[in-house]
Amino acid sequence: MSNRKNHEPLVHISKRDGMTFKKALIIRIGAIAAALILCAIITMIFTGENPFGIYGAMAAGAFGSVRKTWITFQNVSILLLIALALTPAFKMRFWNIGGEGQVLIGGLAAATCMLKLGDKVPNGILILIMFAASVLAGGIWSVIPAIFKAKWNTNETLSTLMMNYIATQLVAFFTVLWEVPKGSGKIGIINQDTNAGWLPNLFGSGFSGSKYLLTIIFAVIITAGMFIYLAFSKQGYEIAVVGESVNTARYVGINVEKVIIRTVFISGAICGLVGLLLVGGINHTLTTTIAGGQGFTAVMVSWLAKFNPFIMILASLLIVFLSRGAGEVATNFGLNQSFSDILTGIILFFIIGCEFFISYKISFRRGGHKK
Amino acid sequence: MKKFSKIAALALAAVSAISLCACGSSSSTGSSAEGTSGLKAGFICLHDENSTYDLNFINAAKAACDKLGVECVIKTNIPEGQEAYDTAVDLADAGCDFVFADSFGHEDFIIEAAKEYPDIQFAHATGTKAHTENLSNFHNAFSEIYNGRYLAGIAAGMKLNEMIENGQITADQAKMGYVGAFTYAEVISGYTSFYLGAKSVCPTVTMEVTFTGSWYDETAEKTGAQTLIDDGCVLISQHADSMGAPTACETAGVPDVSYNGSTASACPNTFIVSSRINWEPYFEYCLNSIAAGEAIATDWCGTLADGSVVLTDFGAAAAEGTVDAVEAAKAKLISGELHVFDTATFTVGGAKLDSYMADVDSDADYTPDHEAIVDGYFNESGDGLRSAPFFDLQIDGITLLDTAF
Repeated sequence: MSNRKNHEPLVHISKRDGMTFKKALIIRIGAIAAALILCAIITMIFTGENPFGIYGAMAAGAFGSVRKTWITFQNVSILLLIALALTPAFKMRFWNIGGEGQVLIGGLAAATCMLKLGDKVPNGILILIMFAASVLAGGIWSVIPAIFKAKWNTNETLSTLMMNYIATQLVAFFTVLWEVPKGSGKIGIINQDTNAGWLPNLFGSGFSGSKYLLTIIFAVIITAGMFIYLAFSKQGYEIAVVGESVNTARYVGINVEKVIIRTVFISGAICGLVGLLLVGGINHTLTTTIAGGQGFTAVMVSWLAKFNPFIMILASLLIVFLSRGAGEVATNFGLNQSFSDILTGIILFFIIGCEFFISYKISFRRGGHKK
Repeated sequence: MKKFSKIAALALAAVSAISLCACGSSSSTGSSAEGTSGLKAGFICLHDENSTYDLNFINAAKAACDKLGVECVIKTNIPEGQEAYDTAVDLADAGCDFVFADSFGHEDFIIEAAKEYPDIQFAHATGTKAHTENLSNFHNAFSEIYNGRYLAGIAAGMKLNEMIENGQITADQAKMGYVGAFTYAEVISGYTSFYLGAKSVCPTVTMEVTFTGSWYDETAEKTGAQTLIDDGCVLISQHADSMGAPTACETAGVPDVSYNGSTASACPNTFIVSSRINWEPYFEYCLNSIAAGEAIATDWCGTLADGSVVLTDFGAAAAEGTVDAVEAAKAKLISGELHVFDTATFTVGGAKLDSYMADVDSDADYTPDHEAIVDGYFNESGDGLRSAPFFDLQIDGITLLDTAF
């Protein structure tokens, strides 16, 4: 007996039963403070700049003017929408990391409509067609791996990831097909003269946010909708049950295949909608990098928020704030953008790290023999 | 990091100053710091100083602004999408009088910004739309870099001749390789002028071209150069913005003509020369025009004579007599005695070219719209047409290995 006691490990990690909201909040604030202090020290050692100046520049980069603030919220909306799109799939333990490709294919559908139907149908109808095409394209792109998962239990992590590459190559192909001028590899702004297929600017040009508001409104509606869908609808409950245990779901009579396909379609459809917003509403062009890796960043946003749509707003805001701040730091201090990326990395490391300490308890072996 | 970049910037500024002197040109446009002081200029760059292409703009922007006492704001890593518009209007909001963007894909977004801010002057390098857009505050600029490429081609041809004389290769083996970005007129014009320069001193030269499908892809450029070397190319040049091709050449010991600036420090054994556009004269011209309340040209095309097109110092790999040959040709190009795209010096499909309709006005159908052959030569970037190159002919002697992009 005593022999076995000696084998008790020095460090022992166990799951916490639960922590009060207040205590968890204190840990999170502490982590951010620690990250900021470490960033300040690193900044002073490597650049000699005043860290408060750098933090100030970051804030100015995100909120320094009315327009900057609108753009920040627009970018938050896009990232948030992708994270919301991935969430129902994640809750069902379907690892959809194909958000990037689903956004791209939605954008490709929108661009195709703008280019091919731009001068053929009235603008209102064109936008409706674009909406349907993008949502459907994103949905189909995600449903292909879902069908394989539902029918033959293939690994969706791999298949959704691979679908990203196919989408990127398709967009690359059509970019070369539609490039102007010849050989340039760029489509340029689509329908720049007619604005056909451009999503509307709300409240006219007198309103400072008219270019940016539509995306934000979509994000607000879908955030609330997703919260209600996951927390209060029958389908949301089915998702949770399938995620907990497929066998339990089958036992209580849930058609697991149907739930997987339906949920993943919703996931892809919202990504497709983001493609529409990016192409028809924001950029008015199509490039292979239009999603800018946000399909992957959104995975982190969704997880960081533990699939809670409202916390996702904060997580998206944090990431967009850091990236927009990084650009301003690069401009104001003549530092390479990579330096800001280092700071962003440190801050995210601390925030993700503190989640570990909230979920788990670390106990050290006690000295002496207590029974 | 900052210290390092400062030192690097200083070193490069020094190098560019030297190369300007080497070309015997002066970039002064009779400016006075008084009229321009108080102005604010914003520069939008696709990448940062790690890209030779963007570094070339950044150095010129800083130098021009320093000289004229203009406040300089440089925005780096701005993608070719709505961010370019956002950045341009943000610079306008911040009080810039002059906003400049450096990458081809920025153009449409800068046009959108120009429409919104009619009182602020917007300029864009390498663009094609200013002459058809009819905006008084949107301007395109480029330089006759084909003249620079031609001179760099002469240096390459001299090197080939040296290799033939030394018995390293036979005259028939004088094959050059070229790593291009896209099958775009700017690239085609560039490699054709480079080839014609080499051919003017080494008549048996041939060339193979491969395309990477990106303006900046170090791996693809390196692989492309290696493919060309494996294919028997004995000299490499490039039109893409990374160190990929020069590094591959240094490793393989193959002489190299680089672009956008000297690669002598990284490739001391293989570097011959590099041509580049010096944007300082254009920036000074724009800022002086704004200060004087004068209109900026819709299309501005810099020349060898005004110091916009320059060669760097020659590297150790350059053949003997190169400087003299290049200087002689340069004088002829400036005087107009010599034209790079003289139709007597090349054939297309075995025939001499008497007439060619070029696609000068950008449209989705690539409609040919302007006669480009004037007085026996292809009038690249000619007056009244656009400043960006539009020579897109496939001349004999050059083989394209792939045309996927």
